Amino acid sequence: MRGGFHKGMRDAVPVALGYLAVSFTLGLAATKAGLTPWQAAFASLITNTSAGQFAGFTAMAAGTSLLETAVAQVVVNLRYVLMSSILTQKLDRVSPLRKRLLVAFDVTDELFALGVARKEPLAPSYYYGMMASTIPCWALGTFLGAALGALLPKVVLNAAGVALYAMFIAVVVPPARKSRRVLAVCALAMLMSWLLRVLPLFNGLSTGLRVAAVALSLSLAAACWPKKEGSNAR
Amino acid sequence: MPASLVYILVIALVTFLVRALPFLLIRRPIQNPRLRAFLDVVPYATLAAMAFPDMVFSTGHLASGLLGFVTAVVVAFLDGGLIKVAGAACLMVLLAELLI
Repeated sequence: MRGGFHKGMRDAVPVALGYLAVSFTLGLAATKAGLTPWQAAFASLITNTSAGQFAGFTAMAAGTSLLETAVAQVVVNLRYVLMSSILTQKLDRVSPLRKRLLVAFDVTDELFALGVARKEPLAPSYYYGMMASTIPCWALGTFLGAALGALLPKVVLNAAGVALYAMFIAVVVPPARKSRRVLAVCALAMLMSWLLRVLPLFNGLSTGLRVAAVALSLSLAAACWPKKEGSNAR
Repeated sequence: MPASLVYILVIALVTFLVRALPFLLIRRPIQNPRLRAFLDVVPYATLAAMAFPDMVFSTGHLASGLLGFVTAVVVAFLDGGLIKVAGAACLMVLLAELLI
């Protein structure tokens, strides 16, 4: 592991801070499912997915069967299939499967965002660095949330919670400025995501499924109309 | 083993399998232009769809969420730095929430 590890650690510090805030609320949800702070932290250590863990804890609190919970996990996490597919192409070609699977362990929305924002092919050591700074924060935040409950003022949690969303915007805006195709994709994705969230027929969709539905339909549209010179909105 | 631990382990295992599946199936660079066009769109579509409208609805008030979103877009347009964008959005939401 060369310098990439430290670079990855440093680049992921904003994500780590955002994780502290978000996983704090996840800890709150874990106590409602009857988990101890240690169990909650353990779950975060081995899973690293906000939407999935929220869904899982909610299912546990409601006494949902194990099979149903497992199926719901697949559905909520479907977008990771898309993200992992991208990362298989972004990772450098020389990495053996065991390194790729270690990367697969921590395909999160945020690390995916940082990974695809890299200009060069992605080195596993860089990804490990991001994991090293974010996974402990995710587990620690969950532990604190479960142990301390609602001690932190809501205002501070609200403010810290937008950090991760802001990062997604920071990743998509620069390429959207350069390419009208990317700009059109981003604008349409936001519009569709908003419609699916507020329209009565679809507003029962989980976040993960909504994102997967938006991405799948826009990607299929892109496959029907592959890149042309100065292509416009579809 | 307590039931909650079984649930935790199953959730972790299922999540890993979903994430690992493409790494097991796709071992080569994808050349097909249609498939490439499909995959090229995925990062932007997923990230944009996750950011909006969820960011707007994530805070205590619609106004502070909207202000945070607009701040992030504007700062990203002017500069593009990850930390600046995240910091500016957080600060704006905090100020808005304190004033509301």
